[in-house]
Amino acid sequence: MVELNTIDLLIAAMLVVVLALMSIRLQSNISRQLIIAAVRTAVQLTLIGLVLKVLFENVTLGWVALMAFFMLFVAGREVMMRQERRFKGWWGYAAGTFSMFLSSFAVTVFALVVILGNDPWYAPQYAIPLLGMLLGNTMNGIAISMDRLTHAAWEQRHIIEARLMLGETSDEAISEYRRQAVRSGMIPIINAMAAAGIVSLPGMMTGQILAGVLPVDAVKYQILIMFLISAGTGLGTLAAVKIGARRLFDDRQRLCLDRLREP
Amino acid sequence: MSKAPPLLQINRLRRLMIGPVSLVLDEGDCLCISGASGSGKSLLLRAIADLDPHEGQVLLQGVPAEAIAPAIWRSRIGLLPPESSWWLPRVKNHFRDDMPLLLEQIGMSDSILEQPVARLSSGERQRLALMRLLSHRPQVLLLDEPTANLDPVNTRRVESMITGYRRAHKAAVIWVSHDVEQVMRVANRYYEMSKGELQPQEIEGQQWLS
Repeated sequence: MVELNTIDLLIAAMLVVVLALMSIRLQSNISRQLIIAAVRTAVQLTLIGLVLKVLFENVTLGWVALMAFFMLFVAGREVMMRQERRFKGWWGYAAGTFSMFLSSFAVTVFALVVILGNDPWYAPQYAIPLLGMLLGNTMNGIAISMDRLTHAAWEQRHIIEARLMLGETSDEAISEYRRQAVRSGMIPIINAMAAAGIVSLPGMMTGQILAGVLPVDAVKYQILIMFLISAGTGLGTLAAVKIGARRLFDDRQRLCLDRLREP
Repeated sequence: MSKAPPLLQINRLRRLMIGPVSLVLDEGDCLCISGASGSGKSLLLRAIADLDPHEGQVLLQGVPAEAIAPAIWRSRIGLLPPESSWWLPRVKNHFRDDMPLLLEQIGMSDSILEQPVARLSSGERQRLALMRLLSHRPQVLLLDEPTANLDPVNTRRVESMITGYRRAHKAAVIWVSHDVEQVMRVANRYYEMSKGELQPQEIEGQQWLS
């Protein structure tokens, strides 16, 4: 493996600076955002590198769990912020976060214990990157599907209520929008799996190959990751849409749009 | 010997800006409500159908709404909103197959069932929405301006369709209407709604046929 040093990274950074200078000449204010984003990448990844270093040197379940929950809560916030008409109050945060906890943690623990079988099972070198991949992807699926669901409930409120008026249960009245929401949440990972290796080389696999792992081994890990992500995204999306569809109705099955925030 | 409970009984129903409203409807009753827009007529109907939270009690044949599953309640207390909604591509998809529809009686032929919903006029939508509601055989009809988009001929057809249903099924009707002449034709009781309260009105020149 070719070791990268600071000079190498600075040369790469020059490319970003050149791009920023070109943007200034185009009177575009994107250059400022570009520089800030580049600096954030460098700082955030350096910090996480240091955190992981400490974590790998102190293998205890407590530290791994602390790190895992920190990642979960940050991802939960991200899911909440990406929804235009999210639920008011703590539901707006809890529905997505709980769904991610359910899916990502369950799938990660399953992969660690049943498939990888390390000793200890929570070995951070495996647990943290796996959980990160799962959270990052289920986060997308859950945010898209919940946004889609609450949006549909708002847009199609007359239809949902018309169906209630004709004696349908709330489940029946919203079933079509539930299906659409789950579908939208799952589409990105289905597309990613379908295009993997043909249109793009997945980032994790590329990273492993660059770091010197044999392509065949990198591919095996990538397939594993893809399957785990699709299982996690599916589970998380189903859970989030189920919780969301419940929360849209009260105990008398009335559509409660006042539980959603104005965009 | 105890008397059978009334078909629909509303006890001190309240919600924001409305009430308290108390009403008793027996089988065959047709109660009309008129009033300025914004006086709360539609909100009252929604509360009776249990689509919005409210205080007070609504009972169907002596059984309170809370004791009946929401979907069952709403299929027995059928609300026809002023604007109809359609969610499947064709008209017939919204109707059950086993129900004979009496479309000629409201000035339409069965061929309209094959049409895409998007091609219907507002008057056709309104009449078809009524037929869709009646095909679920509700015991109480809550009608929110059911003839608002109709010409005089079709208005009369819809009126006699509703009266026929009310008699045949011993149903009760609460009918929101702005047309005083229509009220005289169809109602046996008449209320004016203002500021969320119902004021009983005289029905002059009673033409109502029970």
